[in-house]
Amino acid sequence: MTIPLATVVSDERVSARRRRRAGGRRGGQPAGSSRTAGYLFVSVYVVLLLALGVAPTVYAIALALSAPGGVGFAHFINTFNFFEFAPAFEHIFEFEGIWLATQTVFVVTLALMVHTLAHRVSSVFRFIFYLPGAMAGAASVVVWLFMFDPHTSPWAFILHAFHFQQLANTVVPGNLPIIFAIMAFFTGAGGWIVIMYGALNNIPRELIEAAEIDGSNVFQTALRIKLPLIRKWIVYMLVLSFAAGSQLFVEPQILAVATVGEVPAQWSPNQLAYYLAFQLDRFNDAAAISVDLLVIGLLVAVLLVWRGKLFEVD
Amino acid sequence: MLARRYAFRLIAMAILLAFAAFFFVPIIWLLLAPTKTDYQVLHESPFAFGSLSTFAHTFHRVITYQGDLMLTWLKNSAIYSVGGTALALLAAIPAGYGLALTQFIGRRALLSITLVVMIMPATALVLPLFLEASAVHLIGTVWSVILPFAFFPFGVYLAYIYFSSTIPRDLLAAARIDGAGEWGVFRHVALPLARPIIALVAFFAFVADWNNYYLPFVMTYDNSQYPVQVGLQVLISSAPVFSPTASGNASVELFRPDLAMATLITILPVVIVFMFAQRTLVTGMLSGATKG
Repeated sequence: MTIPLATVVSDERVSARRRRRAGGRRGGQPAGSSRTAGYLFVSVYVVLLLALGVAPTVYAIALALSAPGGVGFAHFINTFNFFEFAPAFEHIFEFEGIWLATQTVFVVTLALMVHTLAHRVSSVFRFIFYLPGAMAGAASVVVWLFMFDPHTSPWAFILHAFHFQQLANTVVPGNLPIIFAIMAFFTGAGGWIVIMYGALNNIPRELIEAAEIDGSNVFQTALRIKLPLIRKWIVYMLVLSFAAGSQLFVEPQILAVATVGEVPAQWSPNQLAYYLAFQLDRFNDAAAISVDLLVIGLLVAVLLVWRGKLFEVD
Repeated sequence: MLARRYAFRLIAMAILLAFAAFFFVPIIWLLLAPTKTDYQVLHESPFAFGSLSTFAHTFHRVITYQGDLMLTWLKNSAIYSVGGTALALLAAIPAGYGLALTQFIGRRALLSITLVVMIMPATALVLPLFLEASAVHLIGTVWSVILPFAFFPFGVYLAYIYFSSTIPRDLLAAARIDGAGEWGVFRHVALPLARPIIALVAFFAFVADWNNYYLPFVMTYDNSQYPVQVGLQVLISSAPVFSPTASGNASVELFRPDLAMATLITILPVVIVFMFAQRTLVTGMLSGATKG
């Protein structure tokens, strides 16, 4: 999951935009700067971009489109007919539905609440919320394995309320979308709360004070003033989280190992692609799934960059 | 009115504390579990403290598991993360500078492509990267992990934002008038002013690299090459707690406190970096956007 990264992008953008609005940016081109210098400065990065961004993408597309007679969609059709293809995407969309809905409600609510606190108190909460971001990856999955095991979990009373007596009761296929949503929320939500907090701080204080003078209470100020002004960031969080969530791999992978077959090893599209490539040696079919996922990511990225107006390229 | 306001504050604080518990309790559990024996983990309160000697014993068991497996994984993680971060900085900082403060044909296009690649989740490229690395015979070498880590468009964008908004162009112009070449201006004027952004890019690159699982999982062959994140999966698959049939070939069996300790060791470098970066992360990075 790449969510923690995303948080700072927007924070940086928020502050950069403010600085620019405040006249921080100086226009005009520096005297003496040459095009050659520009090319030299970006050269290492461009080589990496071509070799590690463009080339693998082109390679994957070429593999996916290669067919016995030349070019075709045979591998896409192959994967589509593969009996685990549709369930893998269904799993992901179910997980995304649960995760995105709860994350949006909780992150926005918590950010609005934290924003009403004194700075010192709020910084403690923000740090506690953000800290699990350090555990993104395999580590958080291991921790949550213990959290979902009624024998070891501090939350055993909640698990018992759902009649889960052991790990095998909790980690069953039907619960996986919720389980992955909890894991994703645990490691990612804090970053988004910090960013929403940053966006809330960008709202001019006079605006909030004016609303309060007009008799607006805390709820009304939050819902009618603050919420509409951070809507853009909520959309940004939703879209970026959707793109990241479609790539789920480590969580189902480790649960598959820990539950010895209870969780299928082809639960998510990325796992299915891995399975096709390394268990069945069907690299072209695996490339077709990678292309499917790339298209999802690309659509989301293009949507944000060109329509979202969240990014500044000049 | 006043009563309602107090009621709201009370409810808000209760909700905040409940969520703080959600985020913090697993971390507390992780710190406490290695102080206990497996029996204690199962039968005592999750918040009970065992003993420091058990903690030390568990640490020793994990660190010496199958020789120096854990240390090998940690060393691999360090090589991949530090190598990837160093190269990412080497590419991203000059690129951000070039995009922000120089003009060249294709600059806007490069910036737009950078944004698109930055938003696209990197995992979608892992299999194609494997095929590419395989074609050039890099699989099984450290470069198969380090080079993809070095490609860090997010760092380029951060550096671009920083250079375009905080470095006074007049300062650069003055240096040029004093006879400095383009490289000299970058090296002696811009770079010393760019320390905060170098630290920020390094932080994000390191954390992303250290926590990355899928890429090294695909690119590396065996225990001698795995980073610690992949190593954790190996430990789970060889722990009888989760894989009852898998313990036969291990000389030392792993129990719950051992797995908790291994997880703790795995996240420790990132937690330390988080602690140091705390001010920047929670307040500093919002400079210009923070209260008071």
